[in-house]
Amino acid sequence: MLPDPMIETHGLARSFKTKTGPVAAVQGIDFEVCPGQIVGLLGPNGAGKTTTLRMLTTLLRPTTGSATVAGVDLRADPREVRRRIGYVAQIGATPAPGTILGEELVAQARLQGMSKADAMSRLTELLPRLDLAGFERRALSEMSGGQRRRFDVALGLMHSPMLVFLDEPTTGLDPQSRANLWDHIRSLRDDQGVTIMLSTHYLDEADLLADRLLVMDGGQIVADDTPDALKARVAGDVVCISVDGDLVTAQQVAGDALHPRTSVIERDQLVLTVDRGDIAVPPLLRALDVAGIALQSVQIHRPTLDDVFLTMTGRSLREDTT
Amino acid sequence: MLTETWVVFTRQMKQQLRNPVWVFFGLTQPILYLVLFGPLLTNIEGGGLGGENSWNVFVPGLLLQLVIFGAGFAGFGIIQELREGVVDRQRVTPARRVSLIMGRTVTNVVTIGVQAVILVAVAIPFGLDPSWSGVAVSILIVCLLSIGLAAASYAMGLIMQDEDSFAPFVQGVSLPLLLLSGVLLPMTLAPTWLRKLSELNPLTYVIDGVRDLFVGDFSTIAAKGALAALGVSVVLGWWATRRFGRASA
Repeated sequence: MLPDPMIETHGLARSFKTKTGPVAAVQGIDFEVCPGQIVGLLGPNGAGKTTTLRMLTTLLRPTTGSATVAGVDLRADPREVRRRIGYVAQIGATPAPGTILGEELVAQARLQGMSKADAMSRLTELLPRLDLAGFERRALSEMSGGQRRRFDVALGLMHSPMLVFLDEPTTGLDPQSRANLWDHIRSLRDDQGVTIMLSTHYLDEADLLADRLLVMDGGQIVADDTPDALKARVAGDVVCISVDGDLVTAQQVAGDALHPRTSVIERDQLVLTVDRGDIAVPPLLRALDVAGIALQSVQIHRPTLDDVFLTMTGRSLREDTT
Repeated sequence: MLTETWVVFTRQMKQQLRNPVWVFFGLTQPILYLVLFGPLLTNIEGGGLGGENSWNVFVPGLLLQLVIFGAGFAGFGIIQELREGVVDRQRVTPARRVSLIMGRTVTNVVTIGVQAVILVAVAIPFGLDPSWSGVAVSILIVCLLSIGLAAASYAMGLIMQDEDSFAPFVQGVSLPLLLLSGVLLPMTLAPTWLRKLSELNPLTYVIDGVRDLFVGDFSTIAAKGALAALGVSVVLGWWATRRFGRASA
C-alpha cells in the first residue's frame, strides 16, 4: 500500500485583483507529493511558484480548490497545518542590526509552541548540522549571504517539522554556498526523513537536487515527472544553429530538410530536436547552403531541462534566470 | 496567548533597547514645543490659560501629541520587518494573530509610557504643578490610547507596505486629528463650527479628560476621556488584528 501523500491538492487556484483586472496567478493545479521526497517547483519568474508555496503554507488563502498538507485540510485547520510545516521564505532584506541569531531562532521556536528549554536544546543540536555552531551570539547583519540563508533554513526547522517548504533557497548565493546548501537539504531528506518542496528557477538545482519536478508556467503545471524522465521526453538530440541572415527562413529550410520534432527560435538561435543529431547535420548543412544561408555555428547536445521547458512552452527558462 | 505575546514583546523590546536613540527621537518634538512654545502661553488670557496654570492645559496636549506621533509611526517598523521576512515567518507559526500584533504594540506602549514620564518631568522646572494622582491616571489613559493607535498603525503598515506612502499618510491623518482635538490651545477658544467639528473627534474627549485630571478634577469629563481612549483602542485593536490575520500577499 502506498503511504498517504504529504501534500494533495485539488484544483488549487489563486487570482489577484489588479488595476487592469483580475490576474490568475495559479490556475487550478492538482498534484500529490509522497513522503520523503524532494520535490522541485521549476518555472520562470511569474509562473506561480511563490503563490503556490504561499497557499500551501497558509500565508495566502486559495481563491478556489482545496489541499491537504501534512495530513491536515488547509482550509479547515490552517493553524494545525502551521504546526506541522516549516517554511523558508525567499531571501529577505538585511536584518536590523540588533537581531541576534540565537535569540531569533529561540523566539521562532517559542512561537511554534516549544518551551524555552526545548528551544535552547534544539538550538544546540541544530546549529552544528547547518555549520552554524558557535554563531548563537552573532548579529545577523554581520553574517555572509550563505550563513544567513542557512539561518533562514534553521528558522524553518526549529520545531522539527515533517514537511518543509523552501522558496528559492539558493537564489543570490555563490556556487560554493549553493552546493553546500544542497548538501544540507539532501541530508534533511536522507537522515531525518523530511519531505521537502522547493521552488527554483535554476535548472542545475532542479536537476541535481529534486527527486521529482513540477514544471510550472503561466500558473499551470505543464509537466510532472522525475528530471530524467522529463529529459527523456525530449527524445533524441538538440541541434542549435545560428546563421548569418534570416532565422525564419532558416527555420523553414530546416523544417523541409529534416522534419524535426520541434523547431523553436530562441533569441539568435534556431533550436531543433531531432532523433539523431549526428546524421541530421549533413543534410541540414546542404539545405542551408542551397538556400544561400550562411551558417555561423552548429551545436549538438543531449537534452537539458531547459530544452524540456523550451519544447513544452516555446520559451526558454534562461531568459528569466538572474 | 500570553507566552506568545511575551515572546514577541521581548524580541521587539530587545531590538529597541539596542538602538535606544528612538526613545529620544520621539521626544524631541514635544520637548521643543514645551521649551520654545509653552512659555508663550503663560502670558495669554482666556481658555484657562495664563500664568502657571497654562502648563496644566499645555502639557496634556503634548502628551497626546507624543502618543499620536509615537504610536502613529509604529507601523514604520513593520514595513522593514515585512521586507526582512519576519512578519511572514511569524505568521506561519500557530501563534495567535492577536499575540503577534499585541506583542509589538506593548513595546510601543512601554516606550510611550517612559517618554510620557520624561516629558512631565521636563515640564516641572518650567512651572508645571499638577495633581500627581491625576498625572498618573492620565499616563495610564495615554498608554491605553496608544494600544489602539499603534495596532492600527501596524495594520496600515502591512496594507501600504511602503514607507514612502506610509509617512505622508500618517502625517495626513494625525495632524488634523491633533489640531481638531485642541492639542495646542483648548477648543473653548474655538468658533462654533470648529468646536462642533472637534466634538466628532474622539481624541477631543481624551484631551479634555486629561486636562481635568491634571488639575485634580476626577470629573465625568475625565471619565469620558478614559472611555473614549478605551473605545478607540478596542475598535482599532480589533480591526488591526483582523487585518493581521488576513491571509494576503
